[in-house]
Amino acid sequence: MKPGRMLYQVLSSLFKKTATLDYPHDKSQKIKGFRGRLKAYPQRCIGCKMCMRDCPSQAIIIKEVGSKQFEAQIDLSKCIYCGQCADVCPKMALEITDEFELAQFDPEKLKIVFHVELKKNT
Amino acid sequence: MHNSDEFRIPIGPQHPALKEPESFSIALKGEKILGVDIRLGYNHRGIEKACEERTYIQDMYLLERICGICSHSHSTCFVQAVEELASVQVPKRALYIRTLIAEFERIHSHFLWLGVAGHEIGFDTLLMYTWRDREIIMDILATLTGNRVNYGINTIGGVRRDITDDHKRQILEAMEKLEERINYYIQIATQETTIIKRLSGVGMLTYEEALKLDAVGPTARASGVARDVRKDDPYAAYGEIVFNVITDSHCDVYGRTVVRLKELLESLSIIRQLVNNIPEGPISVRVPRKIPAGEALSRYEAPRGEDVHYVRSNGTEKPDRVKVRAPTLANIQAVKQMLKDRQLADMPIVVAAIDPCFSCTDRMVAMKSEKGASVIKWQELRNYSIEWYKKHGVDFTELNKKLA
Repeated sequence: MKPGRMLYQVLSSLFKKTATLDYPHDKSQKIKGFRGRLKAYPQRCIGCKMCMRDCPSQAIIIKEVGSKQFEAQIDLSKCIYCGQCADVCPKMALEITDEFELAQFDPEKLKIVFHVELKKNT
Repeated sequence: MHNSDEFRIPIGPQHPALKEPESFSIALKGEKILGVDIRLGYNHRGIEKACEERTYIQDMYLLERICGICSHSHSTCFVQAVEELASVQVPKRALYIRTLIAEFERIHSHFLWLGVAGHEIGFDTLLMYTWRDREIIMDILATLTGNRVNYGINTIGGVRRDITDDHKRQILEAMEKLEERINYYIQIATQETTIIKRLSGVGMLTYEEALKLDAVGPTARASGVARDVRKDDPYAAYGEIVFNVITDSHCDVYGRTVVRLKELLESLSIIRQLVNNIPEGPISVRVPRKIPAGEALSRYEAPRGEDVHYVRSNGTEKPDRVKVRAPTLANIQAVKQMLKDRQLADMPIVVAAIDPCFSCTDRMVAMKSEKGASVIKWQELRNYSIEWYKKHGVDFTELNKKLA
């Protein structure tokens, strides 16, 4: 037994490339399938409120504003990015993208608001 | 307990040696610890109560956030209980994927622990190295599940994401790299004098004490208690996997290090078996939103030890009661024993050696006096239950004799 067992590795790593990335200049390590910002397709939405019912953090609010007219609001500052809403949506109106740089100075910019108007005959 | 040559110092709730707020009141004589009082409750978040107000699906994501490190443990444990209530047959492929994520989680948790332990004994080089290597696992977890922590892979009735052949190749490649690193750390831990001298004989917990204090996980296994839910009560895909339960007879922090390191190698072997034998088929089945009334208890071997979830359903969309017993709650009593008659300077590493997660552990007991609530002792409670069952026609006297 002698001390300094790790010394060789410690010294040799002085001459190696760093393990960390130079983020934000180097964005090469983008992970495919990462759960990031939600993207909504308002024309597909039917206002069934399934996403609102399942959202663990109550980040989605869908209000009925008129006959067959809905206003949907997704609050990204409340969202925990679990993707359950996209899973449960029967019309694939919500999609998880791999965008993860979401910081904003204005909280209003973290809200996704869209209006849905269903055709009268559907 | 107060006398003139005893000195009491508070460590925590906020203290540089602790990673989470928790209060230890230490009675000292010189540098020697006479006794420790542990007060939990500074991290209480009321999760169990919050579960009663949410649906099963929402609870799954909430319970996943009990712990940042063993998040998959909590969500799987809960989901298993709910699936038992709903009598769902989960597809084999889903069980394999769950087990796979569970083993990745064990690897990243043990790597994290090794780094933290290194940091607590002033060996920060080890911290940097292990956390660098941990990134290999974190990247795989992010690719497989979509997030580095709080994977959200589980759903009631299966898993949410499938693994592809491309993933399998990536996993096996990463395992090669990790195996080399783990072997290196095992070599370091068994040969590096500083580690051996600093950790040996610190935080002793004998076999008998570990049994008496109900230690779980690596803490118990390092005291020679071969207890592992994966082996004793196989869940998910563990019934079909060949692996060993690692134990050690050192009974100290060094033993706990050795157990965790060897468990890493076992995890690698489990992952290889899972990836090579994963069956084809669906990854989830549909489960109705309303879960039939009943109660279920689920056990799971989290990286830190046995995790227990109890779920009672009343036939609606929301559970009636969810109870969580995280591994740290089982191990925290052992810390008291480990610290007794030891040096104050050993305190940070002894506490860190059980890999504590205090936010998992925090509990609150509220007593409302209007209904005539009172405190009764454990023995009285036991006698009461025996009497209660006697009245209802069940007699445990014979069974008790057999067990004694």
